[in-house]
Amino acid sequence: MRDIQADDGYMTADGRKIGGVAMELRNITLRFGGVVAIKDISFDIRWGEIRAIIGPNGAGKSSMLNIISGFYHPQEGDVIYKGFKRPRMRPYEISRQGIARTFQNIALFEGMSVLDNIMTGRLHHMKANLFQQAIWWGKAQREEEENRAQVEKIIDFLEIQHIRKTPVARLPYGLKKRVELARALAAEPAILLLDEPMAGMNVEEKEDMCRFILDVNDEFGTTTVLIEHDMGVVMDLSDRVVVMDYGRKIGDGTPDEVRNNDEVIKAYLGVAHE
Amino acid sequence: MLYREAGDFKTNYVADSQTFPIKFDRYGYYFLLGFAFLVMPLIINDYWANSIVVPFLIYTIAALGLNILIGYCGQLSLGTGAFMAVGAYASYKLMTAFPELNIVFVVVFAGIVTAAVGVLFGLPSLRIKGFYLAVATLAAQFFLIWLFTRQPWFYNYSPTGMISAPQRELFGVAVTGPRASAVAMYMFCLCFLVSLAWLARNLTRGTLGRQWMAIRDMDIAAEIIGVNPLMAKLTAFAVSSFFVGIAGALLFTVYLGAAEAGEAFGIDKSFLVLFMVIIGGLGSIFGAFAGAAFLIIGPVLLKLLLVNTLGWPTDLAAHLEIMIIGALILGFLILEPHGIAALWRTIKEKLRLWPFPY
Repeated sequence: MRDIQADDGYMTADGRKIGGVAMELRNITLRFGGVVAIKDISFDIRWGEIRAIIGPNGAGKSSMLNIISGFYHPQEGDVIYKGFKRPRMRPYEISRQGIARTFQNIALFEGMSVLDNIMTGRLHHMKANLFQQAIWWGKAQREEEENRAQVEKIIDFLEIQHIRKTPVARLPYGLKKRVELARALAAEPAILLLDEPMAGMNVEEKEDMCRFILDVNDEFGTTTVLIEHDMGVVMDLSDRVVVMDYGRKIGDGTPDEVRNNDEVIKAYLGVAHE
Repeated sequence: MLYREAGDFKTNYVADSQTFPIKFDRYGYYFLLGFAFLVMPLIINDYWANSIVVPFLIYTIAALGLNILIGYCGQLSLGTGAFMAVGAYASYKLMTAFPELNIVFVVVFAGIVTAAVGVLFGLPSLRIKGFYLAVATLAAQFFLIWLFTRQPWFYNYSPTGMISAPQRELFGVAVTGPRASAVAMYMFCLCFLVSLAWLARNLTRGTLGRQWMAIRDMDIAAEIIGVNPLMAKLTAFAVSSFFVGIAGALLFTVYLGAAEAGEAFGIDKSFLVLFMVIIGGLGSIFGAFAGAAFLIIGPVLLKLLLVNTLGWPTDLAAHLEIMIIGALILGFLILEPHGIAALWRTIKEKLRLWPFPY
């Protein structure tokens, strides 16, 4: 059942082409017991765009991301991905469909080296079975080598060559965030979900991270969904913004539209004092 | 200064990800391997084989297996003794049912049977973790031992309730049974250990190993990255039990010759192997060797020192030995909570820069 007609998308001001709808979230409602975390929210994500989700703490942004990555299952509403309604799936099946993410509080594998962490991101590209891996001959070794080459490209891209063999536990916070982005990118995702990629960073690290997000979008055409609190960053980076408050959607549009939306100003950006 | 990596350039990814990236390590490894295969058979005698070397080889296999489960996949298990018993009883049933079957296949099939049993008792790990899983595996320990001591089919209705290994030959040399020589036992176990250690290294360096470690370090993130937790945990249980089963089969057929489940594979065996893994170092192949060496060779050396060198009475030495080993374990864990392997790693890192640590 193909649910959405392909539409043409649009061009952005800086000349990037945004494609048709990649994912549509339709009337999503998510409850935890009696608490309604997300109330009847619908929005869409287009191919190639950077889509931001903003809102005050507890607005349900991370829950929204968790629904997209399949960690939560909404009680009502549908996720329509690539034109098809997505059935209930386990998170690892969803990641196989080209959705990768980073986490708000870093979720790297602390006991492994940076290289191993990023290689774990390429799981879906490695098919050697247990016996082939056990003898480490032919397919397993060849695959390891090919994927290592891909991973090295990402390491190069994110400028983390010097720490490739360092155990993740020894890295400072900013680098960990970057390694996490590398791990998500290693999967070559169609949609990349970033949960507060810039939280707790200094200005310089934020600038680096912005550059990486834009470069990723530019070079690989990766559709990016972004949760971020830094308004300057959100308004500069994103093509369209969804604004949430108390589990409801109160605004949706280009940064300029959102910025001038009365309800958004009242709920989130604050009313200017005379 | 021999120990350095400067000037040792790697020009491809295969060379970069080899097991011993430093030349000195690599030659050390070849030397050890050569020593174990060429020199040891010439100098080994019955006493050394029976008191140290053969048990060391066998327990190292068990520790390798448990290390895959606990150290790499983070699933705590206290059922090692019972899984060794599965290996032992499986090899006994195979040897008596198929007398013509080559002993190598007997041991390997015993490992495969244990792997299947391990997967069965690994199923609770899909819902519970940590100490709760340890308690669930304790159930395996008690249930399996009960099964092997109370169900006569498993010990072929022998009146004593014991199982004993008949003589089996490999290339015309007896490796099991009372007439097996020390050299034959040693070489047989050594071949198994070397090939299993190689398998363990291969499995832990690749995709499967990374899936296991991902589950260990952060299972929720691992699942979102794309690790199937069911597959990762059950393969860890299967591979781990395979190793432990082979260790149990070797312990029974080659080393003990005769065994009774409750006596030979009780919960103290589970703890012994667990301590080896913890003292040696979780998540390290070398750690399995180091831990087994510490707990097998340590007491014997201590006894030799106290009784033969210092001339103390045997009973006093036996008590002191337990206390000293206990104190050493505590000391080691306070000094380096991550085990001998971590200590070794730190030393190597220092050595890389020595004598110019800047």
